[in-house]
Amino acid sequence: MRLDVISNKDQISTIKRGLYWRLFRVVNPWTIFAFICAVLIATPLITILYYLIEGPSDTWHHLAETVLLNYVVNSVILVFGVSAISLLLGVSTAWLVSTTRFYGRKFFEWALILPLAVPTYIVAIAYVGIFDYTGPLQSLSRSLGFEFGPNFFEIVNLQGVMVIMSFVLYPYVYVLARAWFANQSTTLLESGRMLGSSATRTFFTLALPVARPAIVAGLSLVIMEVLNDYGAVKYFGVNTLTTGIFRSWFSLGDISAAIYMCGVLMLLVFLILGLEKWQRGKAKYTENRGSGKPLQRYEPTKTRKILITIWCSIPLLVGFIFPVSQLISWTIYSPQSLLDSSFIRLVVNSFSLAAVVSVLGIAVALLLIYSIKLYPFWLMRILGRFSTLGYSIPGAVIAVGIMIPLLYLDKGLTVWLENTLNMNLGLLLSGTLVGLVFAYIVRFLAVGYYPLESSFKKTSDSLLGASRVLGVAPARTLSKIYLPMVKTGIFSGALLLFVDVLKELPLTLIMRPFNFNTLATRAFELASDEMVAEAAAPALVIILTGIIPIILLSKLVSRKN
Amino acid sequence: MHLRGQSYSLLIIFFSVLILFTSCSGGDYIGEVNVYSHRHYPVDQQIFSAFTEQTGIRVNVVSASADELITKLELEGSRSPADILITVDAGRLEKAKQSNLLQPISSEELEKRVPSEFMDTDKQWFAFTYRARAIAYSIDRVQPEEVTDYEDLALPHFADRVVMRPSEHTYNQSLVASILAHSGAEKTANWCRGLTENFSRAPRGNDRDQLKAVAAGQGDITICNTYYVAKLAESAQAAEREVVNKVRILFPNQDNRGTHINISGAGLTRYAPNKEEAILLLEYLLSDEVQTKLSVENHEYPVIEGIELSPFLKEWGTFKIDTLPLYKLGKYNEEAVRIIDQCGWM
Repeated sequence: MRLDVISNKDQISTIKRGLYWRLFRVVNPWTIFAFICAVLIATPLITILYYLIEGPSDTWHHLAETVLLNYVVNSVILVFGVSAISLLLGVSTAWLVSTTRFYGRKFFEWALILPLAVPTYIVAIAYVGIFDYTGPLQSLSRSLGFEFGPNFFEIVNLQGVMVIMSFVLYPYVYVLARAWFANQSTTLLESGRMLGSSATRTFFTLALPVARPAIVAGLSLVIMEVLNDYGAVKYFGVNTLTTGIFRSWFSLGDISAAIYMCGVLMLLVFLILGLEKWQRGKAKYTENRGSGKPLQRYEPTKTRKILITIWCSIPLLVGFIFPVSQLISWTIYSPQSLLDSSFIRLVVNSFSLAAVVSVLGIAVALLLIYSIKLYPFWLMRILGRFSTLGYSIPGAVIAVGIMIPLLYLDKGLTVWLENTLNMNLGLLLSGTLVGLVFAYIVRFLAVGYYPLESSFKKTSDSLLGASRVLGVAPARTLSKIYLPMVKTGIFSGALLLFVDVLKELPLTLIMRPFNFNTLATRAFELASDEMVAEAAAPALVIILTGIIPIILLSKLVSRKN
Repeated sequence: MHLRGQSYSLLIIFFSVLILFTSCSGGDYIGEVNVYSHRHYPVDQQIFSAFTEQTGIRVNVVSASADELITKLELEGSRSPADILITVDAGRLEKAKQSNLLQPISSEELEKRVPSEFMDTDKQWFAFTYRARAIAYSIDRVQPEEVTDYEDLALPHFADRVVMRPSEHTYNQSLVASILAHSGAEKTANWCRGLTENFSRAPRGNDRDQLKAVAAGQGDITICNTYYVAKLAESAQAAEREVVNKVRILFPNQDNRGTHINISGAGLTRYAPNKEEAILLLEYLLSDEVQTKLSVENHEYPVIEGIELSPFLKEWGTFKIDTLPLYKLGKYNEEAVRIIDQCGWM
């Protein structure tokens, strides 16, 4: 650079101002906020990495030699089994519902999502009750005089939990595949038909390959849920990496072994995420908005229509109606549990906790998305992606990864408070609601983030420029201009967050404070303590709450159509 | 404007719920005591409520498994709010003691009332009830002369006939620890291996599930705590009551060391912030009133002599108890778990 050019004083100050401006473009309250969010959300991963570097303990060696292989094999079998079954259920029903006429098609269109409202561990509890020796199925068959072998009704094993999980998780595949089949492929499918391709051929050669990204995205959600599950596998006595984390920490009292277990589990998660990325490859899929005309649906024969109706009712019955009926019958059996004051307390606890998390979570998501919109350079985009990583980390891993740094922080904090202010407030962060709320936000931020982000995408960028030119501060632009525009995103994001928090089990089990139970932990505890009938009432409340967003959101979708 | 009004009212609702929620912890109590408990029986809640009524001391309970509670105590250290640790296993209380989580209980009342075999040597914990881990077998498919000891369950005779709860549960770990203390590592490993090979299905569920499995014919024989049999017999569901008619209870090892027992016990935590109130509650657990309630309603054996027994306990009669000092269940726990893992008893 030639120095004589900038010898002029004015020029120097201009360059300086330019530098300051550039610096301000990078370092300002908005970007700092995004940075802090990303760092906080990365806490569990950082903790785990830190401990992994420290080296394993004796207990880990013992576990690695004896039971680890079994945990890994079970987890992997579950992932593959559940993937296969939920693909079959999800893709087939999505295809039929969106392209074919049959009896009850409109009803199935939204009803097939219902199993999503039921947490896996609750369905597991219900099915053990249904197939139990003292349950309705065996009692009925005995009273009718049927003789079955003693193991005929045995479902409490790896295969059992695999099937049950599939019937609860397939809606993830169904929802995404249906959205694609219904909206994106109209022109494609009609061209196929015009060229004389049969329905089956169109499905396999045209629809399936093109819908692959949507299907795989749904599938990866299914897999995350499988790896996250603790309640169902624990209740079925199936040892997986998640139960291994609990066992190492609580049963063997070895945090370091628990962290190694977390490490193995995360490895599996990254492997699956990598596979998903790899299969997508460099292929880009254009979003075809369709021709705007509704798709001309296939008109099969009467018998086929009946068969299709039966096929579509299977997942609905198995994943929702049977287990919910069992829970209802239990609740009728012991109605006193509903009127219990502790039950009302439980509902208040869970609902207010979920409300706090959804309000805070949406606020964080809103500020994050908005700051990325204000400063859309690459680092900010990465920070945004990073902040939503928690959804792919199993709850137990997040809990372990947050508890440890919180405890350290707490120790320092209490010592400091005692020395300087002479106050003993006990533990402020770990084992308190503060810690729990933080952990929920780390885990579920993505749930609020994505609906909100897609709402933001529909707004015009020129609004931002316009208000800036008019000298309106970014914060005011957000509250006056954008907030009203992304109302739907805020609402649906908050609702989804609310329900996810209500359903959460493993993280809550580890991090909940003294004297604190949620509907989920209570239902699981009661069921584990051989009081299954009493567990039904809290379980039903979770399910009923979970249905609300499903109905509202499916209405939203159909209104769009 | 419309949205603003809406969001304000939402905020107001939100904060009022929050206030309501946090203010629930108030109330007119002269003191409180915090209990970490592995017992989650409805009868416990009644006992704590009765205590609050009599003394004005509020009882806060955190329920979780003993292992979780011990980990919690360790993590919390001197800041722990807990005063009392209640477990359903002597091994876990001993583990808490060895981890320096308990302190001696200075109460003349306790020393007077608790028999020495149910009291820790340093008075850091004591038992308030005990339970027998008995053998239950199918009346139809097992003859009484086929089995007398725990050791018999590992014999080839019972191949593919045994159902068991997972080894993760403390009841099973302490049973193995007791065998280890009596017979040494090699015999215990052989027993575990033999037992595991005899399983007719992978271990799962709780003690009640094992009884149901025996009734259903998924296995012929199991090991369970006796009060579960009583609880099934008292169930509101006819099918559950039916289970009891199909199984017979046997107190094993009567000709040698005696039947393995375990306890429900309590310890005073090292940093108990409400020590006086805690000791009052501990003494209350040993009152005739509570001991009778635990026996009659929960079918546990009271540690104090002369307490009325539940009809089931009376029916099963007296039996020879394994007199192994209870702290040994804790001492041998770790080795027991390693042996269990090596045998593949999940």
